[in-house]
Amino acid sequence: MAAALDESLAELRETFRSRKTRSAQWRRSQLKALLRFVQEDEEEICRVLEEDLGKPGGESFRDELGVLTKSLNLALDNLERWMAPKSVRVPLMAFPTTAELVPEPLGLVLIFSSWNFPMLLALDPLVGAIAAGNTVVLKPSEHAPSTSSFIAKKIPMYLDSAAVKVFEGGEEVGELLMSKKWDHVFFTGSQKVGSYIMAAAAKNLTPVTLELGGKCPAILDSLSSKRDRDIAVRRITNAKWGVCGGQVCIGVDYLLVEEKSVSALIELIKEKIKGYYGDDPQRTGSMSRIVNKYHFNRLRRLLEEPGVATSIVHGGFMDESNLYIEPTILLNPPLESEIMKEEIFGPLLPIITVKKIEDSIDFVNSRPKPLAAYAFTNDSALKKRIVSETSSGSLTFNDAIVQFLVDTLPFGGVGQSGFGRYHGKFSFDTFSHEKAVLRRNFLLEFSFGFPPWDSHKIETLRSAYNYDYLNLVLRLLGLK
Amino acid sequence: MDGDGERKGEFDGKAAAELVGELRQSFWNGKTRSYDWRTDQLRSLARMLVEKEKDIIDALHEDLGKPEMESFIHEISLAKDGCARTLKELKSWMKPQKVSTSITTFPSSAEIVSEPLGVVLVISAWNYPFLLSLEPVVGAIAAGNAVVLKPSEIAPATSSLLKRLLPGYVDSSSIRVVEGGVPETTALLDQKWDKIIYTGNSKVGRIVMAAAAKHLTPVVLELGGKCPVVVDSKVDLDVATKRIAVGKWGCNNGQACISPDYIITEREFAPKLIEAMKSTLEIFYGKDPMASKDLSRIVNSNHFKRISKLLDSDKVSEKIVHGGQRDEQALKISPTLLLDVPQDSLIMTEEIFGPLLPIITVDDIHQSFDIINSRPKPLAAYLFTKDKKLEEKFVRGVSAGGMSINETVLHITNPGLPFGGVGESGMGAYHGKFSFDTFSHKKAKSRLLKALVNGDIIGIILALIGWPRA
Repeated sequence: MAAALDESLAELRETFRSRKTRSAQWRRSQLKALLRFVQEDEEEICRVLEEDLGKPGGESFRDELGVLTKSLNLALDNLERWMAPKSVRVPLMAFPTTAELVPEPLGLVLIFSSWNFPMLLALDPLVGAIAAGNTVVLKPSEHAPSTSSFIAKKIPMYLDSAAVKVFEGGEEVGELLMSKKWDHVFFTGSQKVGSYIMAAAAKNLTPVTLELGGKCPAILDSLSSKRDRDIAVRRITNAKWGVCGGQVCIGVDYLLVEEKSVSALIELIKEKIKGYYGDDPQRTGSMSRIVNKYHFNRLRRLLEEPGVATSIVHGGFMDESNLYIEPTILLNPPLESEIMKEEIFGPLLPIITVKKIEDSIDFVNSRPKPLAAYAFTNDSALKKRIVSETSSGSLTFNDAIVQFLVDTLPFGGVGQSGFGRYHGKFSFDTFSHEKAVLRRNFLLEFSFGFPPWDSHKIETLRSAYNYDYLNLVLRLLGLK
Repeated sequence: MDGDGERKGEFDGKAAAELVGELRQSFWNGKTRSYDWRTDQLRSLARMLVEKEKDIIDALHEDLGKPEMESFIHEISLAKDGCARTLKELKSWMKPQKVSTSITTFPSSAEIVSEPLGVVLVISAWNYPFLLSLEPVVGAIAAGNAVVLKPSEIAPATSSLLKRLLPGYVDSSSIRVVEGGVPETTALLDQKWDKIIYTGNSKVGRIVMAAAAKHLTPVVLELGGKCPVVVDSKVDLDVATKRIAVGKWGCNNGQACISPDYIITEREFAPKLIEAMKSTLEIFYGKDPMASKDLSRIVNSNHFKRISKLLDSDKVSEKIVHGGQRDEQALKISPTLLLDVPQDSLIMTEEIFGPLLPIITVDDIHQSFDIINSRPKPLAAYLFTKDKKLEEKFVRGVSAGGMSINETVLHITNPGLPFGGVGESGMGAYHGKFSFDTFSHKKAKSRLLKALVNGDIIGIILALIGWPRA
């Protein structure tokens, strides 16, 4: 494996050196090919996602294929615009000078995907890397093995193998890859591994983008209209259980509501769960399952902690052989329990009650900054406070998860939820170096900028630096 | 024990943790967020630059033998400009930026909101000890953060000047200076910061990034490299050599991360170039540059020895075509030109950071691009030519943090251009609005209004296209 990797890396670097990936034509051809892949192999893709995660077809399209199509079309429509140098204003003092920002590819980049959206999180960053003109190594997640081998098989059939390669495997492969030198490493995954990736990257001064996670809170204010309440709860329900069974970095991790509203809320959520997933969600197959035994056991342990088990108000049924956990609601589990400290990443919804909804702001702030924060409210004063007093990768009012579809918004974390960002043009920028270029000619030359120094020169420069054009001209003309 | 918990040599992990805790508390109290607080600090700093100009110039002279002019142009004026520009633009920078949304998330509105990261650590360098301390601090304050500044101990006069001056001008509950060397820096690096900006060498850059990794702290690393100057034969040699000389010896005597490190030119042209450079050097520094007051000295004897070593290898010393004088007592080395030293010699593999300028020759000027590209990406690359085609090839074909054509160094003074490296020369960038952006978190904020119909939009779209909903 090590020798094969070195050979591949040498080939990829040679391809980059040959400047093949620089042309808009090449990039366009690759993006078009990826688009064909996503569209022609839709059925296959849904099949492997179903194998790896029990992901219903609707989710696969909505969350992975549809998004990729959108992403690719955006890149194809904007490629030349993104690639074009940007003129920068130059102060008159510096005449005649022109300045611009020239985007250029970084070189050879490494993308680590995650298992919960194994197609999307591999291919979406890939779109950015290719659009920016890089050569790429893609490392799909080994925890979604069918998707991983599918990607490894298909990518060479659609893309230029001299420029894009896929390496499959687990931890050892990850470590081997990180021992090499890259021009950028893009990682989606857990905080623990993110920290390891950054430390490994530091050895080679490799810049990294870390898309991590966190406990994304949803603050549910009292909404006066029944219809608003209904819609809010539908959206929260979908954001918890309807997207990869809660195994999503921007899902609703826990809910904050006022004490007085909680019992009605629980009933409403139960009603929505039934509406979306039926009386027996396992039978209707309308939810993704837990990805593997390790995570199943992890979630089971969260529920079995004393104090937590007793706080279950709905659900709790677990079927290990089918990696299924029923949609579960908990009311005020102990704040010190693991379920309230760790990112849940599963179908368990703790509801924490507060006296006044404003108290939820302090609650959120007492914890690490999450990737996303949600608030369902019509109260503009509360909204303002949440915007200015909390910090999160993104903040969304009155819906959840869908914000990631807006590709004019950067998608990334802050603090423990990560750094760097992508989606839309942000992907292109992440995989580019924005080179500052200043151009002058030999036309004018002012001797006051050179030694030997004297006080006349100092004063002339002082005028120049104060943009004091009048005095500057007077001095230059010897009139001062 | 004073407020910083700091006595020289006793700033340990505990003191560092206390300091960060204090600043974090200050940040959480919300003080640094207001526009007024930020502009108050910046105005004070601008005032300090005017009121204490002489003190600053004196400290820089003590630390580096820096000529008054250089201190004024490169450190004070650039810092003043930074403050003034930031004060002028801050309001608009702080405004949320509206972005367009699309049919899939209709009806909704979205914007990008800039918010401070929290508590930022600025680790400065010794060669522009004032500027490289103040400029990042200005950026961090502008973005609404609390800041700890760690000036370089290798420029001790400037370090203690900053420690002494800042509390008199800025809000000490949120902006602090910690002096010291490796132990103090290590104690600081062990803490959790919301961002770290480090200016210095790539060896320590790696250490900073590795320490930051423990806390998932994003970093900006402003490092160095060997900045090449390609000199074509189609140039105005007088102007070219003046601009190269300013960038080399006029910038702290070559001890600048963006100083021209080495020249590449055509074999036939080299003699003319050398002659022109010699005469420019004489105009600038007289017949005896060792006596000129217009050259910074070498910062300390460590660096003097390091630079001397570059000259002393036998395949190198015989290539000296101008200069080469040294005075260890005074820590002076004269502007030195070398012709065609071996490409694998130390002087051609390490960043020189001193007044030695090797000239490498090639048969055809286009070969210079391959030479540059076979080396780590530098912080800056320069080209002198009248040939537009060559210029375009250079811009498209050479990767560097930034470039200037027919100029050296100047690109970093343009407020609209980011200053930062790529590859070995660093990551991230700052200056002007790029400082504000680098020290901010750009929060994606969206407000999705109630759907016009009962149910979620995605469901409707799926239904419309006939996709089975589970």
